[in-house]
Amino acid sequence: MTLSQGILLTIVLAPLAGSLLAGLFGRQIGRAGAHTVTILGVALSCALSCYVLYQLVWGGAPTYDQNVYTWFEVGQLSAHVGFLVDRLTAMMMVVVTFVSLMVHVYTIGYMADDDGYQRFFSYIALFTFSMLMLVMSNNFLQLFFGWEAVGLVSYLLIGFWYKRPSAIYANLKAFLVNRVGDFGFILGIAAVLYWLGSLDYAQAFQQAGRLEDLTLTLVPGHPWHAATVIGVLLFIGAMGKSAQVPLHVWLPDSMEGPTPISALIHAATMVTAGIFMVARMSPLYELSETALSFVLVIGATTALFTGLIGIVQNDIKRVVAYSTLSQLGYMTVALGVSAYSGAVYHLMTHAFFKALLFLGAGSVIIAMHHEQDMRYMGGLRKYMPVTYITMWIGSLALAGMPGFAGFFSKDAIIEAVGASQRAGSGYAYFCVMAGVFVTALYSFRLLYLTFHGKERFTVKAGHGAHHDDHHHEPGVLAHPPHESPWVVTLPLVMLAIPSLLIGWPTIGPMLFGDYFGRSIVVGEAHDVLGELGAEFHGPLAMVLHGFTQWPFWIAFAGFAVATYVYLIDPAAADRVRRALKPVHELLSHKYWIDELYYAVFAKGGVRLGRAFWRGGDAAVIDGAIDGSAALVARAAATLRGLQSGFLYHYAFAMIFGLVLLLAGFWLFGHV
Amino acid sequence: MITLSHYIVLGTILFCLSVAGVFINRKNVIVLLMAIELMLLAVNVNFVAFSRFLGDASGQVFVFFILTVAAAESAIGLAILTLLFRNRSTINVAEIDSMKG
Amino acid sequence: MTFQLLCFYAFAAVTTLAALGVITLRNSVHAVLCLVLTFFSTAAIWLLAEAEFLAVALVVVYVGAVMVLFLFVVMMLDIKQEPLREGFIRYLPVGIAVAAVMLAEMLALIGVRAMAQVPAPANPAGDSNIAWLGETLFTRFLLPFEIAALILTVGIIAAVALTLRRREGVRHQDPARQVAVDPRTRVRVVKMAAERGQEPAA
Repeated sequence: MTLSQGILLTIVLAPLAGSLLAGLFGRQIGRAGAHTVTILGVALSCALSCYVLYQLVWGGAPTYDQNVYTWFEVGQLSAHVGFLVDRLTAMMMVVVTFVSLMVHVYTIGYMADDDGYQRFFSYIALFTFSMLMLVMSNNFLQLFFGWEAVGLVSYLLIGFWYKRPSAIYANLKAFLVNRVGDFGFILGIAAVLYWLGSLDYAQAFQQAGRLEDLTLTLVPGHPWHAATVIGVLLFIGAMGKSAQVPLHVWLPDSMEGPTPISALIHAATMVTAGIFMVARMSPLYELSETALSFVLVIGATTALFTGLIGIVQNDIKRVVAYSTLSQLGYMTVALGVSAYSGAVYHLMTHAFFKALLFLGAGSVIIAMHHEQDMRYMGGLRKYMPVTYITMWIGSLALAGMPGFAGFFSKDAIIEAVGASQRAGSGYAYFCVMAGVFVTALYSFRLLYLTFHGKERFTVKAGHGAHHDDHHHEPGVLAHPPHESPWVVTLPLVMLAIPSLLIGWPTIGPMLFGDYFGRSIVVGEAHDVLGELGAEFHGPLAMVLHGFTQWPFWIAFAGFAVATYVYLIDPAAADRVRRALKPVHELLSHKYWIDELYYAVFAKGGVRLGRAFWRGGDAAVIDGAIDGSAALVARAAATLRGLQSGFLYHYAFAMIFGLVLLLAGFWLFGHV
Repeated sequence: MITLSHYIVLGTILFCLSVAGVFINRKNVIVLLMAIELMLLAVNVNFVAFSRFLGDASGQVFVFFILTVAAAESAIGLAILTLLFRNRSTINVAEIDSMKG
Repeated sequence: MTFQLLCFYAFAAVTTLAALGVITLRNSVHAVLCLVLTFFSTAAIWLLAEAEFLAVALVVVYVGAVMVLFLFVVMMLDIKQEPLREGFIRYLPVGIAVAAVMLAEMLALIGVRAMAQVPAPANPAGDSNIAWLGETLFTRFLLPFEIAALILTVGIIAAVALTLRRREGVRHQDPARQVAVDPRTRVRVVKMAAERGQEPAA
């Protein structure tokens, strides 16, 4: 049993076809037509992805690695469109298409009243295509294509409501910050091409041994290892896409986009592209301890400090967004300690429960008539039971309650960090442990503020009859909140099931077994997951063991604090806030990083631009251009005499030229 | 015994005659066109000779194409000439100067 | 001196003289006829070079078609010769000088002496020049051949389009419009009540 090219091409092209149909003929096929074609495309893609996974895991199909189309060839460099489908890819394909399908269905409910309905479906189907191109690529160039394509769709979707200035600001910010990352990424690809001579994964990894002796010297006396340079540069790309500190600033603002895409793009799939990429490049990263330490420290910082911000946010989506940042940090930490499969495993579980949380938050937002501030919610439990239960499942998975999906992956990461000897692993261990407390705190705070406690909104019939969402008073609703339609709750339930159960059957093979085979390469010396695997005796033992471990009790402490402060004694929150005023200030301003970037880069850029404009442009370039224009005009006036308009003058000129040319050849040598 | 240089010299002479023709008949468009035909003929003579002496058919194929293009060129040239004469009642190059700078 | 060489010299002399006639003769019709002679003698020289197909093509295509076209145009246009000849004498020395210099340069560059040594190889075409040429033309040069055909077509269309004149005020039939006539635009059937004579007043 082998994978067929036709199936793989269908997987990629079905969403694209749906996207083109919905995008170009949206007006003709109408709203129902648009969601039908895109959902059919993505569903086909999802079914075939599952079939591919089945073939690879149970059918014994070998890894597929072939080029399907030659894009161009320049000298030694040939660029292909090709697919590398192994178990890592297949897992990503299933996750991407499944979450995407759920989001498509959900969107029918969420965007029901929006004017840009067809446009939205076209975009998310296009996103599915781009993401599949990214994960299925067998070369760096196609990876970069997918990378940029998902970035583009992300940009389009953040700015989906293009009449809101804040959305335009946010998508511009996402675009600019990602450019910083992509700059490093493309330099990394160039470095791979320069040192390894090929853009093909298979060939580049085969040549990776050559990197051992190569160095790059920019500062005299401090040579850098080629592997470190490549690793760090590629990781800078991942930092942009996966929103790691200090390039994380775009992700919270990206919540300006509609909620379904926050779930799909900014939680489950696109932001994990960086994690996937590093895991895919594991043969290169294994060559450089330095690069992995760098990854580790960045990841640990992200995991703790962005989680802290989440505690003080009031916007329900932003809380989830900061939690995404923090979880991405966990994945990055796992990469940093060479536990690539741990990172990818957490990526998978996180995709399910974070998509669930976002979609749940979206459901709440629908019920609250697009009010996102949690201070005006509360007590929603009795109005929307399905959302309430599924959100609890998602939050428990996020907080790492033993038995839930998130527990398996997160606990494995924490233990892997504890077992690692790599430089920076002590700091990282502290960060991920503290992060567990923070995660539990903000997760349960969200639940309590939203679903429990007193109702902090008032229902005033007749108010807001004109349904103008943007100008109403906060906390005043036209009619009571109610449960969302089935197209919204169905995806919630469908996502809650894997959030609850996916860990049980998968932890053994994926983390400690040989599921990934040769897709992921880990050096003998620092195979931390291998060490942990020796103590692994099945998921049930792990769950029971989990109850006796520090992370569970730390999370429980977070739960307890949240329960006391937000449920039992709501006034305590204010007291704590007053007591810790400086800390609260620091967190609610997000460490002033945005302000810093604005002052340094934005203002500095403007000042630099102004200087160049005054000094360079106006004086030098304009002077040169105006001067040369004047010169041309004067010369032309002189030369105009030559344009007699008589045919024979031109013929004479040609023939004289020919005579002179011949004379030149004759006198100055033979050609 | 005819050698390569016989043909080449003949071609050169034809070419230089046509160049002289362009010079001295600078006002008569018809003769200018004929001089151009002569130039092409000179080139063709060279092609045929080289093809024969190098044993390569490409030269003769090229002559074939030149004949084709030259035929098309003179047809269009004469058409333009007719049009010109119809509109301005002259073929004197000296009077065709509307593009004068 | 072989017979072939003798023939070559004879035809070369005719070619040169006829070409001289083309550029010097006062009467355009005579000039065209001289050009015809040039082509004829060149064709003969190509026969000597064993390029039979091209020689025949030159006579058929050039003399038979292009030159006749020239002749037509020259005869059709009522050209006053005198203004066209002005400056002929004035530019004659320049023309001769330029041509002579060019001739000298070219001959010096080409190296006539060196080439005189090149012996004529056996004819690669074998017995049939046409088969040899055709084989090359329809294999290696098939695409250029097709393009050449296209260029000729474009040339024909261009020549027709350039000279086509639409005369105003000439009555002529347009069959397409005649066929496309819709009866409803021509005949209108009107239903009306029958006319009835007025009863005379009693």
